[in-house]
Amino acid sequence: MRANARAVIGFSVVAAALLAVGMGQSWSVSLAVFNLCLISAVMALGVNIQWGYAGLFNVGTMAFAALGGLAAVLVSQPPVHDAMAAGGAGLLAAVAMTCLAAGSVWLACRLLPRGRPRALGIAAAAVAGYFAVAAFFDPAVEAIEAVDPSTSGYLGGLGLPIMLSWAAGGLLAAGAAWAIGRVALGLRADYFAIATLGISEIVIAVLKNEDWLARGVKNVTGLDRPVPYEIDLQQAGWFLELVRVLNSDALAGLAEAEYAAALRELTVEASGIFVKLCYAGLFLAVLLIVLALSERALRSPWGRMMRAVRDNETAAEALGKDVYRRHMQVFVLGSAVVGVAGAMLVTLDGQFTPNSYNPLRFTFLIWVMVIVGGSGNNLGAVLGGFIVWLSWIEAEPLALWAVDALTAAMAEGDPIRVRLVEAAAHVRPILMGTILLLVMRFSPRGVIPETVGR
Amino acid sequence: MSHLTGDGMHGGYGGADILRGCTVSVDKGEIAVIVGPNGAGKSTAMKALFGMVRLREGDVRLAGESIARLTPQDRVKLGMAFVPQSGNVFTTMTVQENLEMGAFLRRDDISASMERVFDLFPVLKEKRRQTAGELSGGQRQQVAIGRALMTQPDVLMLDEPTAGVSPIVMDELFDRILEVRQAGIAVLMVEQNARQALAIADRGFVLVTGENRHTGSGQALLANPEVRRSFLGG
Amino acid sequence: MDIDIVNAAVLLANFVVVPAIAYGSQLALGALGITLVYGILRFANFSHGDLMAFGTMAAILGTWQLQAWGIGLGLLPTALLALPVGIAAAVAAALAADRTVFRFYRVRRSAPMVLSIASVGVMFVLNGVVRVIVGPDDRSFSDGARYLINAREFKSVTGLSEGLSVRTSQVLTLALAVAAVAALFWFLQRTRAGKAMRAYSDNEDLALLSGVEPDRVVLLTWAIAASLAAIAGTLYGLDKSFQPFTYLQLLLPMFAAAIVGGIGQPMGAIAGGFLVAFSEIALTYPYKKFLRYVLPEDMQPDGLVQLLSTDYKLSVSFAILVVVLLWRPTGLFRGRVL
Repeated sequence: MRANARAVIGFSVVAAALLAVGMGQSWSVSLAVFNLCLISAVMALGVNIQWGYAGLFNVGTMAFAALGGLAAVLVSQPPVHDAMAAGGAGLLAAVAMTCLAAGSVWLACRLLPRGRPRALGIAAAAVAGYFAVAAFFDPAVEAIEAVDPSTSGYLGGLGLPIMLSWAAGGLLAAGAAWAIGRVALGLRADYFAIATLGISEIVIAVLKNEDWLARGVKNVTGLDRPVPYEIDLQQAGWFLELVRVLNSDALAGLAEAEYAAALRELTVEASGIFVKLCYAGLFLAVLLIVLALSERALRSPWGRMMRAVRDNETAAEALGKDVYRRHMQVFVLGSAVVGVAGAMLVTLDGQFTPNSYNPLRFTFLIWVMVIVGGSGNNLGAVLGGFIVWLSWIEAEPLALWAVDALTAAMAEGDPIRVRLVEAAAHVRPILMGTILLLVMRFSPRGVIPETVGR
Repeated sequence: MSHLTGDGMHGGYGGADILRGCTVSVDKGEIAVIVGPNGAGKSTAMKALFGMVRLREGDVRLAGESIARLTPQDRVKLGMAFVPQSGNVFTTMTVQENLEMGAFLRRDDISASMERVFDLFPVLKEKRRQTAGELSGGQRQQVAIGRALMTQPDVLMLDEPTAGVSPIVMDELFDRILEVRQAGIAVLMVEQNARQALAIADRGFVLVTGENRHTGSGQALLANPEVRRSFLGG
Repeated sequence: MDIDIVNAAVLLANFVVVPAIAYGSQLALGALGITLVYGILRFANFSHGDLMAFGTMAAILGTWQLQAWGIGLGLLPTALLALPVGIAAAVAAALAADRTVFRFYRVRRSAPMVLSIASVGVMFVLNGVVRVIVGPDDRSFSDGARYLINAREFKSVTGLSEGLSVRTSQVLTLALAVAAVAALFWFLQRTRAGKAMRAYSDNEDLALLSGVEPDRVVLLTWAIAASLAAIAGTLYGLDKSFQPFTYLQLLLPMFAAAIVGGIGQPMGAIAGGFLVAFSEIALTYPYKKFLRYVLPEDMQPDGLVQLLSTDYKLSVSFAILVVVLLWRPTGLFRGRVL
């Protein structure tokens, strides 16, 4: 079957499933799933740039998604001036001390003779540096975190529109990827994978622990929104009018009191859907832009060279291609895309919760999307994002429904039934693993295989 | 009727054939040597005999029976032993463990075989507790040959046993190989050092582009002016 | 002054040395499994943490059943009796995964990366199975005597102001780990099958030429790795508590231990396990009280003197990993594979 036909069928199936969710559960749920599908698709595109284009096994996706989320906080939240006054200077001093310490370690590396003197020099510089940084950092952090700890206790952000954070999230993730790549990209492929897994855990540990930055596990909630609030819509005249017009059939012939109640209910529902549609529009726009850019890059000479590097690193190196630089490029680009998606996700949620980042959901699941969709094929990654997110999110209700159907004959409080209902919640990972393994085994090139010539 | 015969072998690693009708054979108590220019398919012929290269045409017979469909492991069980050119010892295991691995399939007492190998290569007895990775190139070759002999083979196949060792060590190795022949084993080897190898060979095969160019006894080939001119440097 | 030094030593033993020895043993057992699979099957097995969880879960179910029957070991935890169940379950799971997943790629000689990604799939499935069977919550299954040495009794016997407490689970961990490692080394060094495994790990082609059966080696490797995983997981669960997600997180320090020690090198995995454990605990321990004992009056620190906040515990293992990879990419123990 041609790749185009597979794409058409694949997306039709996804659309049908979303419609089914809309009619079976509710349109609001369906749209919520759709929005997360869009975000997942963007993340999958980012991973596809790394794995599909260049064969880079990065298992640290979670970190870049979280950094994107951090950007949303740092860009959109209002600055906390008191905290700035209390600890800003101290933090700056700590940064300066860090530079100084790094500089002296570097000097010790360069100037001292090899062997014991150098090792001792580096150790001395590092230890002294640690205490010098701590001397400024610790009091500054304490001061910042003491400022109104129940609602703020952090530096706050720039107070800019949250949409800007999508770009900022990409930049932040790209910067982090550059720094991580400097350390990790020289490693063997499997060590690189483990290294990125480790770094992503460290990034999350920092986000959870450094309260002065984004309140850590106390979370930042009530983030700014790029779309209207439901409550405002429900009071806006034009929106009420719109609801009235769209539902004229349902509302016709109702008595005064009933009419008001029905309208009220419809408005509440419609406002929720409207907001989700607004998000969907924004996310779709981002997805299409990223997709178009990825597609152009893939088909450019740069993309061809990338595939050459992926398919035979040694040969590419022999032909004078700088494999390290190519890997650095895709690593930074792909991570930036994941960062954008991470910022979008936090924007949609309206809150930043470091505890929610776990590798199963934010690293390995994205990998499943890329491999299921078709590594190296951008459209495949998008489709993979849709399929996998849909199955991930709908696995639980479907399993519950199945358990219900199976145990319909049992009494309500039957221990077996209770046990099964509990268990149904955890079939998700089993389903995901099975899908991944089946696709790898029976359709290793994914639902939409790579089409560009190798 | 030779003990081991590769007859009219055609084949390669997929793609174009490297062997194009090559025939080699060796009998017990003989040394047969395959020589020829680089890329002639010498090592490939050896691997084909051992089942590590797929044959498209031709046959391999051991003691009169075709073994062309057997895996290398099965050929080991039938008494064939192969010493590859590189990676032919377990570098992280001791000399003694290397020899024990050679006898992996044997269930009988291996100490007598071990003693024979130590008689043949006394230096190995000294270094039996050292890991093979710590030995010199020549000593490693001895470990490799010793490991192969531990299987009690009828046929010993050596792929360039003297590659990368000094001339003195090479002479020493050839002397040991002559001793192996005296034990009634068929020795088949591929050699770069054609002159020295043909000097001890009962049979010689000169391969060019996967075909036999000259075949005959070692002495006859050494005396053949064409062989001398083209392959032995005059 | 002298008594202060003793107190300081007891303090460190109580909060750093004893816990690190127990944790290090658990990591070492896990890392041994990772290094064996890495050395012989030649891929990074991401499902090892969940294999550990799976074996532990079976041991827990066995423990509960034994407790329900009223069978126990007195002072020792009942889980010790149920350990064979855990081992059997882990081995069965590993062999099933090999049969259904890994063998396919091994036979085709797929790239190690493909096998690693497949192990992610296995990780997902095992993770889900464990959660379906026992749920995602903390499960406690330790019983028997909690302490071998009680802090209060220690104080009253020695007259020191610092107490030392040693939990039964900690001693048990060390004893079982020593026994398991000794058995493993005896197996690898002395038995025919163990030598075949070492040979296969060293030089696959030559091992095949020597008549080593690859399927047997692979089977043994999984069996050993899974047994060690089940033991490590059960001991960790006894020592701390069992929560499926924690075991996924243990993957990182175990990988760090295996790589730091040098992939494919059992001695290295053990050394790496203890290095990681001691660093994690020593770097996150607040030394305030310790310094109060050893420093003169006028040099007392004000802060906690904690080098890293406890939340960064898991990050330590990775930092060690990076430093070792950059400084000595082959790991601490090079040149000796299995």
